[in-house]
Amino acid sequence: MRIFDPHIHMTSRTTDDYEAMYAAGVRAVVEPAFWLGQPRTSPESFYDYFDGLLGWEPYRAAQFGIQHFCTIALNPKEANDPRCLPVLDELDRYLAKDRVVAVGEIGYDSMTPEEDEALARQLQLAIEHELPALVHTPHRDKAAGTRRTLDVVRESGIAPELVVLDHLNELTVGMVLDSGCWAGFSIYPKTKMSEDRMVEILKEHGTERVLVNSAADWGRSDPLKTRKTADAMLAAGFGDDAVDEVLWRNPVAFYGQSGRLELEEPKPDEEATFRGNSIRRGGA
Amino acid sequence: MAVTTASPSAPPDPHPALISVLDDTARTWLDESAAKVAADPAAVRRLFPAVRRRCGHARLDAYWTVDEAARAVLLTALPLRGQALADDVTRLHRHGDPAEQRAVLRTLPLLDLGDLALPLVRETLRGNDTTLIEAALGPYAAAHLPDAEYRQAVLKCVFCEIPLDRVTGLDTRADRELARMLADFAHERLAAGRDVPQDILPVVRAFPDVIGAELKHALTDRLTDILKEES
Ligand SMILES: [Zn+2]
Repeated sequence: MRIFDPHIHMTSRTTDDYEAMYAAGVRAVVEPAFWLGQPRTSPESFYDYFDGLLGWEPYRAAQFGIQHFCTIALNPKEANDPRCLPVLDELDRYLAKDRVVAVGEIGYDSMTPEEDEALARQLQLAIEHELPALVHTPHRDKAAGTRRTLDVVRESGIAPELVVLDHLNELTVGMVLDSGCWAGFSIYPKTKMSEDRMVEILKEHGTERVLVNSAADWGRSDPLKTRKTADAMLAAGFGDDAVDEVLWRNPVAFYGQSGRLELEEPKPDEEATFRGNSIRRGGA
Repeated sequence: MAVTTASPSAPPDPHPALISVLDDTARTWLDESAAKVAADPAAVRRLFPAVRRRCGHARLDAYWTVDEAARAVLLTALPLRGQALADDVTRLHRHGDPAEQRAVLRTLPLLDLGDLALPLVRETLRGNDTTLIEAALGPYAAAHLPDAEYRQAVLKCVFCEIPLDRVTGLDTRADRELARMLADFAHERLAAGRDVPQDILPVVRAFPDVIGAELKHALTDRLTDILKEES
């Protein structure tokens, strides 16, 4: 089984996670730029983070046979802090890079005017850079937030097939698929969305334009939720082809719209370094 | 715009060689991109990072890869000079991945920057990436790096196992102090029972008095023998 996790924050995960993910079938991941659980206080922190998403993390992933791509954006939470806003002026530099396959995570957190501005501006950047957009839906007031997000997406003029709305549930999936956008689901332990509920959604809405991710990060989360969802699909009677569609071909098709998703098996190389530094211990 | 006149140590002009290897699509993209940068320097922010996937990254000649040369075309198209040029080049380096940073470092001798890009060379020399260190020690560093820093850079290459024939300007910039440092290094290696890298020997040999005169080292005779064997 081959698995592509279209939304996972590997910067917060360990080498054990990489090993377990590879063993479970994960061969490619997309890491969206997001917040760190603690607010950043200056644009420079973002640039170092973006550099890591484009440099150290793909190196680390490759050492475990996993291909790593990323999405770049000013996330909605931090779009509310005026100290962080200058990041918007430098995004051009990062959105032009080879391993950037979408603008994201953008979207609403508390639905403030500042978030409106950052969302609209970054959707324009997606259009200018000919990139898909990964749009997060708010955890509070989700249905209203999703509706409002769809309005902003429509107004922006971006093609709906270039947009995924993420962290959806039973109440928001219908309106997103009806809009022509992709529907993303984050499978978490305990809260929000489980693999069994996901299977029910797939039965009801089909497998087309659906992305399933673990959204694993620094919080309580599980980087193997993609595999567990695949297993739940098989147990519920879905065939291998449906599993491959949802967990591999769909994310490849979505991010492939960037023209930058160069999939090739990485060959782990003990001697490889990034900028002369390695994940070995006791060595450089 | 910012291209300096050719000097014996200047890298080859990348443009003619590039024209012969790029296909029509890539050549058109590069020509249009250079024109955009010449008209609006801010355009370089979007174009510079995109070069590798637009033009490729094979080796072009002994000095340039295709992506480095194409990036050099964009940098030399910037209609800026002095501090304004240094600021733009520094930001491209700051936000660049290793390939972009190599391109910036390799292009420095083609830009009218004076000493203003030395901080980029220094930052590179503090790091561990040998490909970047090698790119930093080209004609620009040879012309601008102060003596003490140039010597330390050469010593760092010896430690990182970067062949010294890839360091520009060693023939004119090697001095007695550098020879002394390398002779000391050779003594340390011999004392540890390890080999002495062959490429340091010509520098030491050019200043024979650094051996023995000040270094009353137990291993002086052994080093003297090595120097004789190889000449
Ligand atoms: Zn996320």
